[in-house]
Amino acid sequence: MGVPGDDVAEAVVDHVKGAVAAQSHGQTVVHVPRDAWREAVRFLKEDQQFTQCSDITAVDQLLRPDRPVPAGVDRERFEVVANLLSHPRNRRIRLITQVPDGGEVESLFELFSGTELPEREVYDLLGVRFAGHPDLVRLLMPDDWEGHPLRKDDAPARVPVQFKEAQRPR
Amino acid sequence: MGLEGINQSFLTTRLEDLVKWARRNSVWPATFGLACCAIEMMATGAAHYDLSRFGMEVFRASPRQADLMIVAGRVSQKMAPVLRQIYDQMVEPKWVISMGVCASSGGMFNNYAIVQGVDQVVPVDVYVPGCPPGPETLMHGILTLHEKIRSGHILRRPGEGAGIRIEEPVSRPA
Amino acid sequence: MTLTPRDLVLGPDEWPESDETMVVNLGPQHPSTHGVLRVVLELEGETVLRAKPVIGYLHTGMEKTGEQLTYVQGPTNTTRMDYAAPLFNELVFSMAVERLLDLELPPRATWIRMMMCELNRVASHLLFLATNGMDLGAISMMLYGWRERELVLAFFEKVTGLRMNHNYIRPGGVAADLPPGWEQDVEEICEVVPRGVAEYDELLTENPIWLERTVGIGVITTEQALSLGASGPILRSTGMPWDLRKAQPYLAYDQVDFDVIYTENGDTFDRYRIRLHEIAESLKIVRQCLEKMPDGDSRIQDRKVTPPPRARIDESMEALIHHFKIFTEGFKVPPGETYVAVENPRGELGCYLVSDGSGRPYRMHIRGASFYNLQTLSTMVQGGLVADGIAIISSIDPIMGDVDR
Repeated sequence: MGVPGDDVAEAVVDHVKGAVAAQSHGQTVVHVPRDAWREAVRFLKEDQQFTQCSDITAVDQLLRPDRPVPAGVDRERFEVVANLLSHPRNRRIRLITQVPDGGEVESLFELFSGTELPEREVYDLLGVRFAGHPDLVRLLMPDDWEGHPLRKDDAPARVPVQFKEAQRPR
Repeated sequence: MGLEGINQSFLTTRLEDLVKWARRNSVWPATFGLACCAIEMMATGAAHYDLSRFGMEVFRASPRQADLMIVAGRVSQKMAPVLRQIYDQMVEPKWVISMGVCASSGGMFNNYAIVQGVDQVVPVDVYVPGCPPGPETLMHGILTLHEKIRSGHILRRPGEGAGIRIEEPVSRPA
Repeated sequence: MTLTPRDLVLGPDEWPESDETMVVNLGPQHPSTHGVLRVVLELEGETVLRAKPVIGYLHTGMEKTGEQLTYVQGPTNTTRMDYAAPLFNELVFSMAVERLLDLELPPRATWIRMMMCELNRVASHLLFLATNGMDLGAISMMLYGWRERELVLAFFEKVTGLRMNHNYIRPGGVAADLPPGWEQDVEEICEVVPRGVAEYDELLTENPIWLERTVGIGVITTEQALSLGASGPILRSTGMPWDLRKAQPYLAYDQVDFDVIYTENGDTFDRYRIRLHEIAESLKIVRQCLEKMPDGDSRIQDRKVTPPPRARIDESMEALIHHFKIFTEGFKVPPGETYVAVENPRGELGCYLVSDGSGRPYRMHIRGASFYNLQTLSTMVQGGLVADGIAIISSIDPIMGDVDR
């Protein structure tokens, strides 16, 4: 199943076995299997002129095990999302891959050195590991923090408000 | 000998007033701008809302040379030890203004990442509410601090804890 | 171990090897690091071999808070990320929500948004000029830069109620229409700001000290910038005229006339010049908004998204119910995901929004312009001096709220 009229989506689906293309509010999204992640990005960078990786992020879909996905995609807990931008062709494409809890995805650092910090952030806040990343340590939380706060079953999004009495006179 | 040897009597009242006048008219803030409140703090120090009329335009980078720490912005878990270290490096007498709601109570971010009020880390003298507080609000907070200095004791007496005790109510503008 | 007096005196052959480098910590509390940025520098003498930015000192958990707030409350959260240009954060979040709802906004709302965002760009670039000048030692710039900014902030206070962090641009339009008399205020801004900017131009651009400190410092090539994810003035300073307002127009940017400023050398001086001239371009857009502002609603009138006017709550039961639903559980957005990007003063600001059909986002991720731009720091400082490092950090113009979120 491809996106009508989108040659890049068709090229990716042809090149990467198991890739499924879809449309999301006018944007092309290609779901690629986890082991073809780096290859799909390499293909887009070198053959399809996608010059910049705009964004790497991930979503913890723990509370949505029945979310709608295109046919041929097996749901896992995490979805790692890469948004790529092509300056010469002036278009974007989004790649999504499904990663189970404790699983790994290949790092895109060799292809785009600007993925260093975003991959660290995803590891820090969600716990998804990136194989081949040169420095996969915590980025935003203190080094001795335990847990991955952005996960749905980790830190509470709201701590109870503490009411403190003003001391006067001190 | 220093100020510890002064016995409080009518002879030394004028001296105390002199010391307090000198202290409150040249409070030098330490640069501790963290987030959005820092922009408003810089605006307060700039030409339109001038802090220089209070003798405070010199923001000292070194905490050793500063009297006042204006904690301007949200304090995250990683920043809290740094905050405490800077506070400890400051020399007495020192004061802390907690600027903005994030510094006073965690603000709108009551989640895992923000310390819910900087008074969990350092003792605070004046809380300035606002998100961010405009320069006029910050100035009101600074003037409140000056009033606190003016009407407090010049020394901490044993048993009174950190901070300066106010004897009379803080005057409010009519 | 106790050192004897003999140990403390080093003879001519007893100094340690000079090929050792020194690791020095800069920040997070530092007058010139633009907020709480910590940089670990590896120095050989005064020359910087490597620099590594350490961030996280302002991590606020905004993406987690965003999952707890309704879509109406969302802009209050995102607006505090890039706090020097808050309206852009609200804009990108609102645009993402509107994309998921497939909303079509009234033209007046779009033009108001565009005008306010361009004014915000002016204010942010004035802030850059002030802090850039101060970091390089021109402390007078710090006082001058705020002068014109106060004019713009006073206008914002008139329109939105706040000087900063406005929560003005909301899904469905803007919070309130422009107040009467706004045309005079905008005209005054368009007259006074260029005069101030001309003064700064005269003060700095041909100043030999300024040139020595910025020309050739912090050079980056287009390939490096693209690979590192840099955008905005950093990318434009390398010779690539990429501006999302021209390339992938949003709001009404295809109906106004402006130029994309770009230079070729990729150094600190170029980035300063780009931002200086972008102020003039933004004012050009603001003048066109002033002339062409359409009449009509400043918010979409769909009652499922926009709360009804307060007066109607007393009259109509339906208005009361809509008001209640919008402000308690929020309006529901159908399940989906989207990525929307706008051109921030610092580069590409994006919002990746995943909704699950409830009144709160399931995942809200903001692609911070400064987060990616900061990665260029290590490339730019190599081989320079420590003072150049300060100039380079300043020319990247990072806002730590955007970096750490």
